[in-house]
Amino acid sequence: MALQTQTKTETLVRVENLRMLYPVATGVFARARSFIHAVDDVSFEINRGEIFGLIGESGCGKTTTGKLLVRLIDPTSGHIYLRITQDPSTDSQGEQFVDIATLEGRALKEFRRNAQMIFQDPYESLNPRMTIFDIVSEPLSIHGIGSVYEREERVAELLSLVGLTPPESFLFRYPHELSGGQRQRVAIARAMILNPSFIVADEPTSMLDVSIRTGVMNLMLDLREEFGISYLYITHDLAVARYMCDRIAVMYLGKIVELGPTEEVIQNPLHPYTRALISAVPIPDPTVERQPIEIKGGVSKPIDPPPRCRFYERCPIATERCAQSDHPPLEDKGHGHFVACYEI
Amino acid sequence: MAPLTTYPVLQVENLTMHYTTRKGAVKAVEDVSFSLDKGEALGLVGESGCGKTSVALTLLRLLPENAQFLGGHVYFFRDGSDEAHARRAVGKPVKILLDGQEHQGRLVEVDRSQLVLDARLNGRTQQIKLGRDDIARLGVDLTALSDEEMRPIRWKGISMIFQAAMNSLNPVYKVGDQIIEAMQTHMPIPIPEARERVAQLFQLVGLDRQLMDRYPHEYSGGMKQRAVIAMALACDPDIIIADEPTTALDVIVQDKILREMRQIQKKLNMSMIYISHDIAVIAEVADKVGVMYAGGLVEFGPSEAIFKSPIHPYTKALMSAFPSIKGEKVKLAALPGEPPDLIKPPSGCRFHPRCPYATEICEREVPKFIEHKPKQYAACWNPLM
Ligand SMILES: Nc1ncnc2c1ncn2[C@@H]1O[C@H](COP(=O)(O)OP(=O)(O)OP(=O)(O)O)[C@@H](O)[C@H]1O
Ligand SMILES: Nc1ncnc2c1ncn2[C@@H]1O[C@H](COP(=O)(O)OP(=O)(O)OP(=O)(O)O)[C@@H](O)[C@H]1O
Ligand code: SF4
Ligand code: SF4
Ligand SMILES: [Mg+2]
Ligand SMILES: [Mg+2]
Repeated sequence: MALQTQTKTETLVRVENLRMLYPVATGVFARARSFIHAVDDVSFEINRGEIFGLIGESGCGKTTTGKLLVRLIDPTSGHIYLRITQDPSTDSQGEQFVDIATLEGRALKEFRRNAQMIFQDPYESLNPRMTIFDIVSEPLSIHGIGSVYEREERVAELLSLVGLTPPESFLFRYPHELSGGQRQRVAIARAMILNPSFIVADEPTSMLDVSIRTGVMNLMLDLREEFGISYLYITHDLAVARYMCDRIAVMYLGKIVELGPTEEVIQNPLHPYTRALISAVPIPDPTVERQPIEIKGGVSKPIDPPPRCRFYERCPIATERCAQSDHPPLEDKGHGHFVACYEI
Repeated sequence: MAPLTTYPVLQVENLTMHYTTRKGAVKAVEDVSFSLDKGEALGLVGESGCGKTSVALTLLRLLPENAQFLGGHVYFFRDGSDEAHARRAVGKPVKILLDGQEHQGRLVEVDRSQLVLDARLNGRTQQIKLGRDDIARLGVDLTALSDEEMRPIRWKGISMIFQAAMNSLNPVYKVGDQIIEAMQTHMPIPIPEARERVAQLFQLVGLDRQLMDRYPHEYSGGMKQRAVIAMALACDPDIIIADEPTTALDVIVQDKILREMRQIQKKLNMSMIYISHDIAVIAEVADKVGVMYAGGLVEFGPSEAIFKSPIHPYTKALMSAFPSIKGEKVKLAALPGEPPDLIKPPSGCRFHPRCPYATEICEREVPKFIEHKPKQYAACWNPLM
């Protein structure tokens, strides 16, 4: 479901050599000499109006990447560029890429308005003591936008947009009076209220039930269609990634090992890890017999990983070259399908 | 010689259970009926809070204090020549399968060679005597057993892998010792033999035997889940109920564990009940599928039929709300509304406020759970045929 109406693809977010290392405490007095390489030299771009998926197993660095992109945390090194209107009075001609790490003052505020994050747990991410109106309108008051009356109008408009109708019956309720799906819709309304150009959605539906999950996924697709919002869509569920994303990147221990158009990566995976991952996904059809690809061992933590392919220990096709060389670079194998592997 | 016909190991009939709360009764299990054959895997699927775990706890009689058992029968079948099983059945409602015929009654007496049964035959109660060895299967109604009589059934008869059990391993005891202790409370077995048994079980579930002497924190999530499966297998049960056995695990680990469980099941010719909210997991492991909605079993039948040609509108909705990595990519249909509050469930068919096929009767009357196609049961006034 790529956005075909878009005539030219325009890069909205550009990530270059992003790294996030967390020190591992080795003792009370010891200075950290070990590091978890949570995100390790990651580069990619997200186009305007695109849903870009980040997939991979628990602990591979998806959430860390998402938090870096909205500047909830600062990277150890690397850059994130966002196309942003520096002077809000000019039109899109005046947009330019800015390194989000350099933003301050008004420009930072403008960035915060533009880049929002939706979290996995709709039970924890909403303040239980605030009404739905307060939660959804809070970004407006933080940014000093609109009169009280205008804010009420805008909140009602957004609640309708995310399917919480009639809005009046939700405005003065508290989060505990809503179901999980309704709460996630509130979180989406809040993220949308400032007309962001970019949303990081971190497993937004993984806590929701199937019959509700579909509604929330369709809502996010519709919002993209209508407003051209770009998403970084984080999920561990490949079937959901296939449904939601135009392109996906597969992460393994802090590295992107494969990246490309979703359908291409899922139907024709090239990296040995992606192949194993996709072959393990259960198919909701009892007549299908899968042929799973066995890989050795399990996922570990990337603490001071040796300077070779992160997948080496588990790789069924590793060679002497892999043992001797650095982690392989992402290379284009045609049609924007990138793989980081010496043997492909 | 092994008989070629299939036998039931479990028949659940009209099970009903509510939880008492200050706000009112939570109608968590309402008139649920299904059966499980020897060597068969049943998948119980449905969304969060629909009552899947409650069904399992009700049939095992492991209910919390505020639970009210309101009726139904759970026939648990074993070979009629099994001494302990036959003794346990004395004075209890039983079912007997004899030459493919089902007889129902109350077991009066057991001796070395015979079972004496008060049975209703042709509408008249009469006493019949049956040779023990002729009785292929003798089913006892577990709801009629005392707590004392029920204890050996759990673990040895029907053992359960609880939802999130892998998080309940005791952190201060070695994993092997925890399994040995659990085993010893259910059967008298000396420590060295128990250790050997645990070692064998570890091998069966794909764990290195050295791991027996390690603590839970030294295990990964997948390893813990394997240990929990080994524990469930410890007393060699006829049936294992696995409640969301792989839900917290990554997909590669999930796949390995599910395949191992299926292999073990085949090897030991065990019967399984898998409980999951994930229809893809159920599609892979189950021979038969039961779909639950709002405390009721809405559809039950052979897995292929349930997936290919569901009868109940909720089953159909559930199937078409699930994305897949195979097949054509289609826009998924979202169901309107939310699952109901089980304190005040909708009248008639509990699905009616959300059902696109609802007619006037649906709101008024509870649809009967009946066989619409061979072996495919559903509770719906307007079945999709
Ligand atoms: N604040 C932190 N301090 C130390 N280590 C961290 C911190 N946050 C994350 N990590 C580590 O960084 C790695 C990546 O974590 P991250 O949360 O990004 O993974 P993820 O892909 O989102 O996993 P999940 O699917 O479980 O959410 C993990 O090894 C994690 O333990
Ligand atoms: N001890 C209890 N007291 C009161 N209500 C309960 C109790 N246990 C469960 N319930 C309620 O009973 C209903 C069925 O719960 P149950 O745990 O059987 O659902 P489930 O299908 O297993 O859900 P999940 O997929 O989330 O595990 C729910 O509405 C739940 O809130
Ligand atoms: S680079 Fe070598 S070790 Fe790494 S995935 Fe490719 S073949 Fe395997
Ligand atoms: S009984 Fe009526 S409301 Fe219920 S599922 Fe069937 S058609 Fe829908
Ligand atoms: Mg995460
Ligand atoms: Mg449950």
